[in-house]
Amino acid sequence: MTLPATPRNVMAVALAMSLLLVLVVLVSLTLGAVHVPLSQVWRALTARGGGSEAAIIVLDIRLPRILLAILVGAALSVAGTGLQALLRNPLADPYVLGISSGAAVGAIFALWLGGRIASASPLAAFIGAMITMLWVYLLGRSGGRLASYTLILAGVITASFLSAIILFMLTLLSTRDVRGIAFWLMGDLSVTPLAELRLLAPVVILAIAGLYLLAKDLNVLLLGAEEAAHLGVNVARVEAAVYILASLLTGLAVSTSGAIGYLGLLVPHLGRMLVGNDHRMLLPTAALGGAILLVLSDTLARTALAPSELPVGAVTAVAGAPVFIYLLRKTAG
Amino acid sequence: MTESLHHLRVEGVSFRYPHFELASTSFEAHSGEVLAIIGPNGSGKSTLLEIVSGHLGPQAGKVTLDSADLHRLPPRPLARLVGLARQETILLFSFEVREFVRQGRHPHLGRSLFESPEDERWVDWAMEKTRLAEFAGRRVLEMSSGEFQRAVLARTLAQRPQLVLLDEPTANLDIGYQIEMFRLLRQLAISERFIAVVVTHELNLASELADELILMERGRCLAKGTAEEVLQPELLSRVFRTPILVDRNPSSGRPRVTWVTAPH
Repeated sequence: MTLPATPRNVMAVALAMSLLLVLVVLVSLTLGAVHVPLSQVWRALTARGGGSEAAIIVLDIRLPRILLAILVGAALSVAGTGLQALLRNPLADPYVLGISSGAAVGAIFALWLGGRIASASPLAAFIGAMITMLWVYLLGRSGGRLASYTLILAGVITASFLSAIILFMLTLLSTRDVRGIAFWLMGDLSVTPLAELRLLAPVVILAIAGLYLLAKDLNVLLLGAEEAAHLGVNVARVEAAVYILASLLTGLAVSTSGAIGYLGLLVPHLGRMLVGNDHRMLLPTAALGGAILLVLSDTLARTALAPSELPVGAVTAVAGAPVFIYLLRKTAG
Repeated sequence: MTESLHHLRVEGVSFRYPHFELASTSFEAHSGEVLAIIGPNGSGKSTLLEIVSGHLGPQAGKVTLDSADLHRLPPRPLARLVGLARQETILLFSFEVREFVRQGRHPHLGRSLFESPEDERWVDWAMEKTRLAEFAGRRVLEMSSGEFQRAVLARTLAQRPQLVLLDEPTANLDIGYQIEMFRLLRQLAISERFIAVVVTHELNLASELADELILMERGRCLAKGTAEEVLQPELLSRVFRTPILVDRNPSSGRPRVTWVTAPH
């Protein structure tokens, strides 16, 4: 189905999905190892809960996680959408260019060095991701622009090489550290304090806004690099901007919460099925849809085996793979 | 496309690839004219078209449209003046036909993220002219290659360029659509005051509907002029490496090219 991308339609869809998100957030705040009734959730949010146990659970434990899920879900989904346009390939996901492997190398390296550096592993992960972004950019350039075939090759080779490095480094870590890293590698939304969210949120929002400004160029880019140039798009510049913004979003997401899979691949697809290929409509749909899906996945991760937790990446994989198979059959048939 | 008349000047453009050279070529055209570039495969027609579009810089010479050097223009202003449509592959992403044609308005969107009512009017106009209005809600992926070619033409028309460049626009069209497309180009070149330069293998369509023909062979311009002047049997036989006969179309009187077959 295609909804024409007029300002009115875009705002209507964004509003509807935002309301859905608010609903999902409220319900998620009630769920967990301890059930908190909606009335108490509401009291806690409107600062009338005082120091009650419910308020602490809601505000200090669940809300930061849910906010992180919103940011990471939106970041990965938008990054996936952007990369699919850049690579002109609906099978691209945010990790295909090696960013998550770079982040993992950064995190493991910090853990291995131990001590104070270990606690700064999100920062180390982010640095790892950004170095990888730069490396793949330089490697993947061809004729002054990011031609999709050279970029994919550069990314896949880099990811593969980094995976080998990761395995090697894991042998150097203690068993306890390896378990910690394994959890992180699969995606874990539990570790970020509210303070870090204050840094994360503006950057994620700005990066998504930056991609939205490129939405009409992304539409034309889907026609092909030559055709886009003939229609007035500065192809080299747009490709570089999309690459950097998508990599930044992926790097931020992975550094804070590990490599949560399937979102960056599936949410753009589901978005295309719902609203079509026009990025002016697709980007907000993907962002909000990703946020909603990750909040739901995280809630499931927290509650399915309460009081212990599943890594959220396991939930997205278990839920995502059947959806992916279904989509594959649908398009093939 | 504006009310004034436009003037295209291609002056001594040349280009050298490692294994091919386009020798210095010149021609001129004015609003309302349709120019056909003909010649065997590999004769440099597409290279010449790309240079004329401003997207490929000539190693010598220049191309000006109303005194503006096309190669020096930034991408967006260039796309407002020049529409270039080549062989395109239908892609993996499913656009609706109207969305596809609407992409032609991209150079005119300026800072705005969305199309204006005027943009939508030009999209409707382009689809009406190419008789695609009934396809508006269909998916581009579902079209036949001929229908897709009409959509590509519609997208180029939606750009409202002053110079329309088409590379084999009738390659997949049946003879009815071929004639219709060329006639449409001619009509629109006059009514919308643009200049059309078409690379084509259809020698007879070029003869009927082009104001000037340019014959290329191995990177050189061998002949330039009216159909009468260019469609000479000895010249064509040599260039296309097969005996060719030129008579007259009985209904129009224009030169008609046919090949010589031995009696069965």
